[in-house]
Amino acid sequence: MDNLDQLIQQAEGEFAAAADSAQLEQAKARYLGKSGSLTERLKGLGKLDPEARREAGAAINRVKESIERALEARRQALREAALLAQLAAEALDVTLPGRGSAAGGLHPVSRTLERIERLFGSIGFVAVDGPEIETDWHNFTALNTPENHPARSMHDTFYLEGQDEVLLRTHTSPVQVRAMQAHVARFGHLDSMPELRIIAPGRVYRVDSDATHSPMFHQVEGLWIGEKVSFADLKGVIADFLRKFFESEDLQVRFRPSFFPFTEPSAEIDVAFMSGALEGRWLEIAGCGMVHPNVLRFGGIDPERYTGFAFGMGPDRLTMLRYGVTDLRLFFEGDLRFLGQFR
Amino acid sequence: MQFSEYWLRTFVDPQLDSESLGHLLTMAGLEVEEAVPAAPKFSGVVVARIVEAEKHPNADKLRVCKVDVGTGELLQIVCGAPNAAVGLTVPCAKVGALLPGDFAIKAAKLRGVESFGMLCSGRELGFSDDHSGLLVLPADAEVGADLRDYLALDDTLYTIKLTPNRADCLSLAGVAREVAALTGKPLTLPAAEAVAPTIEGRREVVLEAPEACPRYCGRVLRGVNAGAATPDWMKQRLLRSGIRSISALVDVTNYVMLELGQPLHVFDDTKLSGSIHVRYPKAGDQLLLLNGQTIAPDADVLVIADDHKPLALAGIMGGEESGVTLDSTEIFLESAFFAPAAIAGRARRYGFGSDASHRFERGVDFELPRLAMERATRLILDICGGEASPVEEALDKAHLPTRPAVILRPARVRRLLGVQLGDADMKALLERVHLGVQEQGDCFLVSPPSFRFDIAIEEDLVEELARLYGYDNIPAVPPQGSLMMLEQSESKRSTWAVRHLLAARGYQEVVNFSFVDEAWERDFCANPDPIRLANPIASQMGVMRTSLIPGLAAVLATNRKRQQPRVRIFEIGRCFERKADGEPVQGFHQPVRVAALAAGGALSEQWGVADRGVDFYDVKGDLEALFAPGALTFERLSDPALHPGRAASVLFNGRHVGVIGEVHPIWVQTYELGSAPIVFEIELDALLAAQLPVSAEISRMPAVARDLALVVGQEVSVARVLEVLREVAPPIVREIALFDVYHGKGIDPDKKSLAFRMLMQDTQRTLEDAEVEAAIAALVQHAEGTLGARLRGSGE
Repeated sequence: MDNLDQLIQQAEGEFAAAADSAQLEQAKARYLGKSGSLTERLKGLGKLDPEARREAGAAINRVKESIERALEARRQALREAALLAQLAAEALDVTLPGRGSAAGGLHPVSRTLERIERLFGSIGFVAVDGPEIETDWHNFTALNTPENHPARSMHDTFYLEGQDEVLLRTHTSPVQVRAMQAHVARFGHLDSMPELRIIAPGRVYRVDSDATHSPMFHQVEGLWIGEKVSFADLKGVIADFLRKFFESEDLQVRFRPSFFPFTEPSAEIDVAFMSGALEGRWLEIAGCGMVHPNVLRFGGIDPERYTGFAFGMGPDRLTMLRYGVTDLRLFFEGDLRFLGQFR
Repeated sequence: MQFSEYWLRTFVDPQLDSESLGHLLTMAGLEVEEAVPAAPKFSGVVVARIVEAEKHPNADKLRVCKVDVGTGELLQIVCGAPNAAVGLTVPCAKVGALLPGDFAIKAAKLRGVESFGMLCSGRELGFSDDHSGLLVLPADAEVGADLRDYLALDDTLYTIKLTPNRADCLSLAGVAREVAALTGKPLTLPAAEAVAPTIEGRREVVLEAPEACPRYCGRVLRGVNAGAATPDWMKQRLLRSGIRSISALVDVTNYVMLELGQPLHVFDDTKLSGSIHVRYPKAGDQLLLLNGQTIAPDADVLVIADDHKPLALAGIMGGEESGVTLDSTEIFLESAFFAPAAIAGRARRYGFGSDASHRFERGVDFELPRLAMERATRLILDICGGEASPVEEALDKAHLPTRPAVILRPARVRRLLGVQLGDADMKALLERVHLGVQEQGDCFLVSPPSFRFDIAIEEDLVEELARLYGYDNIPAVPPQGSLMMLEQSESKRSTWAVRHLLAARGYQEVVNFSFVDEAWERDFCANPDPIRLANPIASQMGVMRTSLIPGLAAVLATNRKRQQPRVRIFEIGRCFERKADGEPVQGFHQPVRVAALAAGGALSEQWGVADRGVDFYDVKGDLEALFAPGALTFERLSDPALHPGRAASVLFNGRHVGVIGEVHPIWVQTYELGSAPIVFEIELDALLAAQLPVSAEISRMPAVARDLALVVGQEVSVARVLEVLREVAPPIVREIALFDVYHGKGIDPDKKSLAFRMLMQDTQRTLEDAEVEAAIAALVQHAEGTLGARLRGSGE
């Protein structure tokens, strides 16, 4: 049976020499095919007696199994090699840039306004809106600023041609009165009205134009009216807001007496940073105060029962301080190279 | 208002340095905008007198001086100034002096002659630009005195920004009163004793409008030398208050106004005839003002007149013709109270303002005129000589302002401010600012002084208390409120969601002005009569926009000039239209709109993707994504801004909510927009509406997909074909989607082939072939009958 063992070695050698599956299949045929050497031997078994046939048959079958294992092993090896070659051929340059469309972005002042809405929203302030062509009554009179009041000269107002009673609002404060009236219309019939907490971001207009003034700019009005709202609350809310907005716990905030016809007492709010380019300088950031009783009355609210505070701040200024913008005009020029930095 | 710290300290002198004093004022509501030193830092400079001045032996332009600096020993100093002469009193920087710019003075040899110091010009000391020669000091200046002391150069010039309610601080006396109240230091106001009259002579004063002028004091002075020199101390105080010295008489009136807060006026008495009338204008009144302006005053503008003519705008500005000159010898001095309401806004109407009108319209102490008159008289007599007549005072007491007491409830103060301030402390604080306080039960009755025009209601006192208590001392507390959750409606989106969606699709937000060039409105909006501003800042910002699109086009043009080839921008803002029943402001409709513009490549230039310009359908896709899952419909539209064949009205739930299209080629050319941009503009409210999702059963049965290619005329819109197909589609047809549009080979030139994929499915059972075929056949048949369509490939 020596030559049977030889046959195994010979087959293994031929399989290993097959470079691809076609050659392998040809080699297989030489052993296991119809006229392959093993097949021939099996055919020759018929001539043997039953005892010898069983023995020889078992031997041939063992050899056949060995050859088949060798064949399968070689087939597997060739498949793996082929896969590896294919994968190698399919390799990408992973450093080529990704395809698709880049995202746009929000205007930097919008970013600020969104954060302001979120921060105030987190303590229950609702964002509301008001008209930009506004009545003289809402913009001035209802805000305790009658005709010829010296405070009117602080606003350089845009008026509309042929219209005495309307103007471009000079501040977001008229929203205060509209919000109070709406609140009273909704809750006035109750024994006790719920608190009114709003902020009103929007565009406002003044006849002014230079590096720090734009004829159109943004303001955010805030208003909180309730049965026990005090100046101390106002200080608490504003200081909290500014520290959260600038993410700076050591931000210095100061309230300084000032005058607005629609609040009393009134204050200007200054901040000072403890580091950075503006370190230690007081920067005016907002005006605020306790809502003037006349304004509450114009809004339909009893000033004896309810008190409130209001504030108006400049989100353009806040944006400039937050992101280091030095010229207000950049916000309104639409230069994509500038705006694209705030994505 | 600008003033000198030294001058202020003559009235009240707290133990505070200049910076602390400034801080005190700021935190009391008198905001110090600027505090600058009167002169830069220098030291070692003294008053000196030149005793000898010999020519320098080795230099023509230099002189060798012997200078007395008060030490008993003369200094030898070489000097090059042309005006160096014996007897002159000048500043001398001694050896060891430090001049501005850290310039140290040392002993030196100049062309072989020793020099021990330097004689200085104004510029060398940094307080004037004069370098023509040595600064000449008055001959009586004390030799050896430190120059900084002698000229009071350690002074600080404060500029305070006063709020309109604090007219009482528009004078040194007013600021001093405030400082005294805040620091508890004594206040010393200048003496203003009555000047005994030495001449007769009176000019009658008639108050014809007592509600506007209830008090008017006049006085005649004769033998006055109007050409006399203003004393240096007065000039210096005026100068440090930002007021130029003009002539002695004018200087005195300005000085008293700054000192006490009372505006005064001086007339040349020889130019007046008859009585003084304080009245409203008569027909034909005309007046040449001191500023050169000639006006015919409006009926509500108070004038000072004599028997024949108007002389001055009361409380605003004097007239040229009745004013004093350097030759005047007989003068009429006016010191009056004009009611704020009679002055407010008048000067502004004529395009100017004056120190007097600024004060009167805010409120001048109505008890002050006589005091100020006496103070000014004394100063004029001292400086210009002359004699004074008795004061003629016209008074209508009934029309003087009243100062009714205001009730103050201490409990309300504590409630409004959120502080624990005791009643007695409140009383003490109020009395410090000269408010009369009387107790009445739980309340105080508080009487304001005549100089306070801002105390009429309780809140005015609350503010006063807050200020005096100190805003810094009011605690900042985290507020307590009744906690109620905010409404978070699911059927409304926030504007922020819209912004972020647009940004995610590649659009950059811009903010444009609401006022635009009238040409934009005419061109893009065919709007011949826009809402115009009465006082635009520039003509190209003269009208209110009715569309956001022109502004976006302008931003595109700007960015094209800055080499930005691909521009995708959006804006969310208001537009302004006339509308009789507009809300909430009658006559105007002010909708907030969302507009976007895309120009340049559909994608930014990149490898592996063929360059393709953005087109209508790209932007339409963006728009549809904004509304998703809501479905939009589109109809052809004619719009002046847009290409007539490439513009559509956008409908949402059947409502016209905006437009989309390619910018009209005419405007692309006119406004240099480059390739035609695609734009849309939508009403924001339509975009914010959202549907609450409702769940429906999902089928587990297999779906059948069939494709259907229909050939229809070019003019037939896809929307129409879909509409027709849906008319007869049985319920098993879940979806009909267009997946291809073809025209070209094999199709008539005036036709197109539309390929649809039908998805059919039942929720309960598997569909049979026969019913699928029947459904398709029905669709095809209906399309053939209604649209003249035919199945593609079914014979030509």
